[in-house]
This record gives sequence, structure tokens and C-alpha cells, in this order.
Amino acid sequence: MAIGRIGIYALLLAFAAVYLMPLYVMVMTSLKDIEEIRQGNLLSLPESPTFYAWVKAWGSACTGSECEGLAPFFFNSIRIVVPAVLISTLIGALNGYVLAKWKFRGSELLFGALLFGCFIPFQVILLPMARLLATLGLANTVTGLVLVHVIYGIAFTTLFFRNFYVSVPNELVKAAQLDGANFFQIFRHIFLPISVPIFTVTIIWQFTQIWNDFLFGVVYSGPGTQPITVALNNLVNTSVGGKEYNVDMAAALIAALPTLVVYVLAGKYFVRGLTAGAVKG
Amino acid sequence: MLKKSIAACVAAASVVIAPMTQASEVEVLHWWTSGGEAKSVAYLKERLEGKGVSWKDFAVAGGGGENAMTVLKSRAVSGNPPTAAQIKGPSIQEWGELGFLASIDDVAKTNKWDSLLPGVVSDVMKYDGKYVAAPVNVHRVNWLWANPEVFKKAGASIPTTWADFIVQAKKIKDAGYIALAHGGQAWQDATVFEAVVLGVGGPEYYQKAFVELDMKALDSKTTEEVFKVFGELRQFVDANSPGRDWNVATSMVINGEAAMQIMGDWAKGEFVVAGKKPGTDFVCVASPGTSNAFTFNVDSFAFFKQSDSENQKAQKAMAQEILGSDFQKVFNLNKGSIPARLGMARDEFDTCAHDSMNAFVSSAQTGGLVPSFAHGMAVSEAVSGAIYDVATNYFNSDTSAAEGKKQLVAAVQSAM
Amino acid sequence: MTQNAHKRSGIADRLEAWLPKIILAPTTLAMIVCMYGFILWTGALSFTKSRMLPQWEFVGFLQFEKLFANPRWDVALSNLVVFGFLFIAISLLIGLLLAIFLDQKIRGEGAIRTIYLYPMAVSFVVTGTAWKWILNPGLGIEKLVRDFGFTDFEFRWLVDQEMAIYTIVIAAVWQSSGFVMAMFLAGLRGVDDSLVKAAQIDGANAWQSYWHVILPILRPVFFSAIVILSHIAIKSFDLVQALTGGGPGYASDLPANFMYTFAFNRAQMGIGAASAMIMLFGVLAILVPYLYSELRGSNRG
Repeated sequence: MAIGRIGIYALLLAFAAVYLMPLYVMVMTSLKDIEEIRQGNLLSLPESPTFYAWVKAWGSACTGSECEGLAPFFFNSIRIVVPAVLISTLIGALNGYVLAKWKFRGSELLFGALLFGCFIPFQVILLPMARLLATLGLANTVTGLVLVHVIYGIAFTTLFFRNFYVSVPNELVKAAQLDGANFFQIFRHIFLPISVPIFTVTIIWQFTQIWNDFLFGVVYSGPGTQPITVALNNLVNTSVGGKEYNVDMAAALIAALPTLVVYVLAGKYFVRGLTAGAVKG
Repeated sequence: MLKKSIAACVAAASVVIAPMTQASEVEVLHWWTSGGEAKSVAYLKERLEGKGVSWKDFAVAGGGGENAMTVLKSRAVSGNPPTAAQIKGPSIQEWGELGFLASIDDVAKTNKWDSLLPGVVSDVMKYDGKYVAAPVNVHRVNWLWANPEVFKKAGASIPTTWADFIVQAKKIKDAGYIALAHGGQAWQDATVFEAVVLGVGGPEYYQKAFVELDMKALDSKTTEEVFKVFGELRQFVDANSPGRDWNVATSMVINGEAAMQIMGDWAKGEFVVAGKKPGTDFVCVASPGTSNAFTFNVDSFAFFKQSDSENQKAQKAMAQEILGSDFQKVFNLNKGSIPARLGMARDEFDTCAHDSMNAFVSSAQTGGLVPSFAHGMAVSEAVSGAIYDVATNYFNSDTSAAEGKKQLVAAVQSAM
Repeated sequence: MTQNAHKRSGIADRLEAWLPKIILAPTTLAMIVCMYGFILWTGALSFTKSRMLPQWEFVGFLQFEKLFANPRWDVALSNLVVFGFLFIAISLLIGLLLAIFLDQKIRGEGAIRTIYLYPMAVSFVVTGTAWKWILNPGLGIEKLVRDFGFTDFEFRWLVDQEMAIYTIVIAAVWQSSGFVMAMFLAGLRGVDDSLVKAAQIDGANAWQSYWHVILPILRPVFFSAIVILSHIAIKSFDLVQALTGGGPGYASDLPANFMYTFAFNRAQMGIGAASAMIMLFGVLAILVPYLYSELRGSNRG
């Protein structure tokens, strides 16, 4: 048995090492100077660690004719991500509530259609969506971009909440109805209080998806509202004159930092949230 | 019918959009985000702001403008195109046909662009006989970059024909060096392929088969010969090349790991950044068999229709500034290319650029001046894409020359 | 929630009855327009001769003919089959395995779990370069192992036409298996211990109790995981772009990349639209029966 447990630990740690490798390579590279990267070993520790690359990536690397680093774009991203995550999560919660507990003729079909519909490759919708946004007067605005993220995020947020709420006993809803509670009262007093875990899961999921989005961000943003992924892409895709891999890596890490922080801080709740809703389909 | 409806859409939408834009402003979509390029764009911006034109920067990098073009198309569809966008080659004609481009002919007339620009360049900038775009530079693509140190050690000489290339490359390989530094990405494969086409077939064949898409020329013995030579090159490239960026390949020549690279003149910037001097530390010569020829790649800004008259003025100010000798000098010194306008002072440019300028003028007279198909100057995006696919697949497999020719003919026909 | 509530007016009652539908209405509208409407639009586009921008001159099945005559599409399509199958299967396997092991009261579980999970948090725009280096024979694993003294060691999938698609599988599994692990772990935590104990009293060993008791209970987890993974597989785009650029040649191209390239960079929007439709039909053929059986099953339960 003891040998078995040692085996389990060894296996888990080996996997952990593999999972960490890309991150390790990135962090090490971001701390080296360019000379060391050129001749150096991928996995070696930096000889004299420097934060030069991080400072430059944040504040002075060129992302176009302006060279102000990633900082301004960081806040653009926040302006897009926060409303998009909140709205899509709220809609998902209500949708999930209906689909789990207030089924009507065709509601299952609707859910299936929603799940299937989001299999449409996003590249396909770029042009018709651009036309639609223009019709709504939202072309190249933050509002338009938020709308797009909400629309294509709903399928998954609905899936999460529906699966979670299905596990709530029907008797509970029926009892509340007998007590005269209406649709929203039941949602507020019975469902919301138990929803913290699934809100956590959904918010983490949506935050990750939208923060990391490049395609919608590049197409539907305007000058001055581009999200950080677009800036990162501009920064990394240098074609001429000395590629600074350390700055690229530092920039990549800066762009990934918020999602990493969220996973590290809220990862515990993530699994807990999934636990609460996972086993019931 | 379509043109009209799109144009109507654009007109209708721009009426709605117009009040949002400020007076005298250019919004410029480009993909120049790296070091020297970004500096050059910033210089243009500064000059315009000095004239009271504000600059809204809309940079989208990646894959030679692939992402930028996606953005441009969705902006166009939503009736809200930028003032100017970095577009080049036959694509300018396609945008013109769809009714999106604005004429800047009056600027061109006042500033005598017809006499400043060589005919091959100005033809590309015009749609329906009127200027709709302004060129910023001329790149020569058919360059061979060599490290003389490596050649000396291997006892080889710099090749001037493809037959000679194979002899010399064998010597280099035997001496333990990589003969040809190469990055295995589709566009780089196509760049080498293009050099072989020009060197083996000559400019006349190149023009017929790869610019006019004459099927007889394309389906000829010469094409098979081209594929044979191109296939021979596989052995001179190291096994780790797939996916490598071009500048990494250049640095292999710089640090003496490899002997040669075939790449456009933007490669020069890498040598200069590494502190190397042309003529002594590195050599720039025309790629084998092409000393009397010049494959050109011209970057340009195309101008989109604007409804606001202040913006139209700003647009024209920008056009004028782009062809000004100040901007042409600064930009091309930064980028390694040569100015698009003729007759500029040469002293600040290096010897490679001088060679390029001379070849540009002389090849124009002998008919050796041809558009680069690997860089979107010769044929439509669809056809050049088809050529890319065949070239890159051929170079990365052991397809026979006859089969390569067959695939090329089929792919080009299907894309036309 | 008082008795008074019973005396609600008829209108309020009727409104109440309609509420579930009203709530779903905006989502339904968005779905009809922005998913199915755009699918139809794309379908229509695939029958036109559209090049740089949409244009509505119909040419029948020409674009589909061109698509299937294109050798690159063959490669992309068969890559998707290989990639999709391996990616989903390996992610499920590794995810389940790690979850089972992590569920053995492991010390430091929180830290290990976070390490498994973090790849999901970063996009491939970010990790692509690091992966490219790690898999590159001259820089990464091959060099490392050779430096340890195993000079004959070879790991050159990234630059091998036949094997490049498997490097895409590796990176994709790396990104998603941690998430699958979290889902299974959650599922295991939700399993009633008494069931397992009962099985053990009946003489089942650990292996048997997992196989016969726990896995069937985890069926809904498999469902969610498969939906999410196949979603990721179909849309894998960044991954190829960042890791191989579709190379060597176009050996590691996937349909999403093919579609994007033809629609936006090659001015062959018709072919791009046709390829998108084929992708969707593929999903339809495989996923809909599955969705149907699972959803119907859960209805009964």
C-alpha cells in the first residue's frame, strides 16, 4: 500500500512538472537578457535576472506607432470583460433556472439547439455580425464587443447553470409554489443562496474565455479600445529588426496574469462549484 | 450591380457615421508594429500632426497583414472603413472594383507623381486611370545574403547560377555548415521558389507563367525544370527549419552557422542590428541567375472614400506626405528598402541599397523588372495562395518535379 | 410567501405562466439570428461565387467541388478526425486518471490541482512560442535529453510532416486535460461513499468498484466534458496558428484554419463558406445523436 501511494505521488508530481514546463520556460526567458537567450539553454536559470523585459513590456514596448506598452490596453480589456462576464452569467443563471425547473414544450429542444448552435466556427460569423452591429449603430464600440461576447457566451453559461439547478429537488420548488412564492421569489430565496459555487465556476470560465479572446477583439474593437490580446499580438508579431524574446515572454505573462491569478485564488471554489453540479446531468 | 449596392451601403452608412468622426483626422490601418517600421509610421504621424491632421492609429499585426485584412473586410462590410489602409498589389484593384476607394488624383497631378514614380509602380497605384493609393517603398525580393567567412572556410565561391549554387552548396555542406538558412513557412518557401523561377526560367518566362498566368508557359518543360532545381534545394536546408521565423534563419547566416539565405532586402536590418557591415561581414548579391532582374514588392497605403470634407482634405494631406522625399528617405532607411520615388539623394543609403536602386532602373529598361508573386504583387490573393500551397507542400515532401508541375497547373486553374 | 399571494389577479397569473418563456426569449432571439441565421447566411454564401467580399451571384455546388478537389482540404479534414479523436480520448483518460489519483487524500492537493488547471487560463497566443521552443528539436526536449548524454535520442515531431499533427494533440491535451480533471474530481466528490462501500462489501476490489459503480455515476460528467472538448476541438485555431502555422507544408492544417485562410486571406470566401458548412454537418452528424440520447436520458431521470 505504501509503495502504491509513493507511486501515486510520483505520478502526480511528474504530471505537475510537465504541466509547469511551458510556464517555467516563459518565466525564465522573460528574466534573461537577449544575449543569454541567443546562446542559452532553454531550461537554464538566468545568470543575472533582470526585470528590464517586464518594465518594457508594461510601459514602453511598441504596439503600433505608439510605444506605451501593454498598460493602456490592460484597462481596455477590463472595460470589455467585466460587463460581458456579468451580463452573460446573469442571463445564464436565469436561463438555467428556467430550463431546469420550468420546462415547457420545446424547452429541451431549445437547449439542444443552443448547445449545437455555438459549434458554429466563430470565423464564419465575423462579417454578418459586423453588418448587424453596424445596423444597431454599435460598430467598433465597446458596447458592441460586449454584446458579441454575451451572445456567444450564453450557451455555456446556460449549460453550467442548468446542470447545477437540475440537482435541486423538484419538491422544494413545488413546496414553495404551494406557499405562494412566485417565479422570481423562488429564484431569489431558494436558488440564489445555493448558487455561489456555480456562479464562481461560470464567472471564472467566462472571464478566461473573454479575456483571452483575440478574434472578436481584433475585429470589433476600434482604435483606442483594442483589448490586451490585440496589443500582445502586435507586440509579439514583429517582423523586422531584432526580436526581443524576453519582452515577448514578459508581455505574454502580463497578458495572462489576471486569468492566472483568478485560477490560483479561486481554483478551490472552481472544483467545489463543479462538485455541486457535476453528477446530475 | 453588386458594386453599386455595396457602394450605396457604404454611402448610406457613412452618412450615419459621419457626425462621430472629428474634423481633419486620418484613421490608418496598418501592420507595422515592430521597431524600425513603427518608428517610420510615428514619423509620418508627427509630420501630419504638424499640419493639423490628427492621427488615429489602428495597428493590427500578424502574418504579413492577414489579421489586418480580416479587420478591414469587416469594417468595410459595416460601412465604416478607415481613412487609409495598408494594401498592396492587385488587391488595390479589387477594392477599387468594389467601389470603396477614393481618388487622390488631384494630389498626384499637383505633385507630378507620374514623373516621380516608375511606370510599373504607378500602374499598381491606379484604379481606372486614377491614383487611389500611394507607395511608400520598393523592396527587392531576389536577394542572396551570404556570410563570406563561411564560404572561405568551405573553399566555395558565391554562386551566380542555380547549377553553380548546387555545386557550391555541396561543398559548404561537406565542410559541415548549413548551406541554405531557411525558415519553413509557406511564404518563405514561396520566396525561394520565386527566386528559382526567375533564375531558371528568366524574366520572360516568369512574366508569362506567373504574372499573366499563361497556361502554356505554366505547363511547360521550364516549369518542370524549375521544380527539379527547387527540389534539389531540400537537401541544403537543415531538418529543423519547418516553422522557423525568417529572422532566425538570418541570424544563422550572421553567426556563421549557415552560408546563405534567400530573402528580400528587409533581411539587411537584421545584419545591421547585429553590427555587421555590408561588403565585409556579409554580402548581398542577386539570387542566382537573376543579376539582370528585379522582383519588386511595393508597400502602399490605399485611400477609402470619406464623406466628411475635412477628412478628405486630411486624406490628401497624408497622400502628399507619403510621397514627400523626407518621409521616403526616413522610412526606407529604417526598413532596408529603397524609395518608391526616383531621383532622390543616395548618400545616406548603403551599398546594398545602391545596388538595388541601380538594378531597379536598369531592369526596368531590359524587361527584367517583375512583380513578386510570393509577396502579393503579381496575381490575385487566390492564385498566389494556390501557388503557396503547392510550393510549400512540394518543398516539404518528396514529390517529383513532374507531379509538382501538375499540381501547380491544377491549383492555379482552380483558383483563377 | 403569505396566503395572500393566492389572491393574485388573473393577469398576473398569466404573466407568471409566460415568465419562463419571456426569460428565454432574448436568448432564443439571439440564437436564431446570431447562430442559425448566420449559419443560413453562410450556407447561402457557399453557393455563390463570393471572392473578397460576399456577393450574391449563385454558382450551384461549384465551391464544394473546388473544396473537395483541393488536396489541402483533404489534409485538414483527416487531421480533424485524428486530432479530434485523440484529443478528446486522451484528455478524458488523463483527466479521469489524475482525478482518481488526486481523490486519494493527497497532501498538497490544492497546489497540484492549480498546476493542472492553469493551462486553461492562458491562451495559445501566449504559450504558443514556449511550446514551439519546447518541441523544437534544436532547442527543446531533444536537445535537453541529448545534453544528458543520450545522443541518439530523437523527438522531431514538430518538423516531421507525418507527425506534426500529434504535437498539436500534445499541446491541446496539455491545455484542456486539467479542466477535465477538475470536472471528474468534482464528480467523484459527489459520489455517495456508501455506494462504494456497499460494492466493496460485495467483494469488489478498487478497480472493479471504479469500473462498475463509479464510472456509470459519472456519466453526466462525461457528457459535459465531451461537449466542451468537442467544442474546443472543432474550433482549434490559435493552437495551429501559434505552434506550427499549419506546417510543415500544410501538414498540420485544421478545418478552422483552412476556412479562415480561404475566406479572409485568399479572397475565396465561397470556398471558405463551403468548408464551414462541411464542418457544421460533421458536427451535426456526430454530436446531435449524442446530444439527443443524453438529453432524453436526463429527462427520464
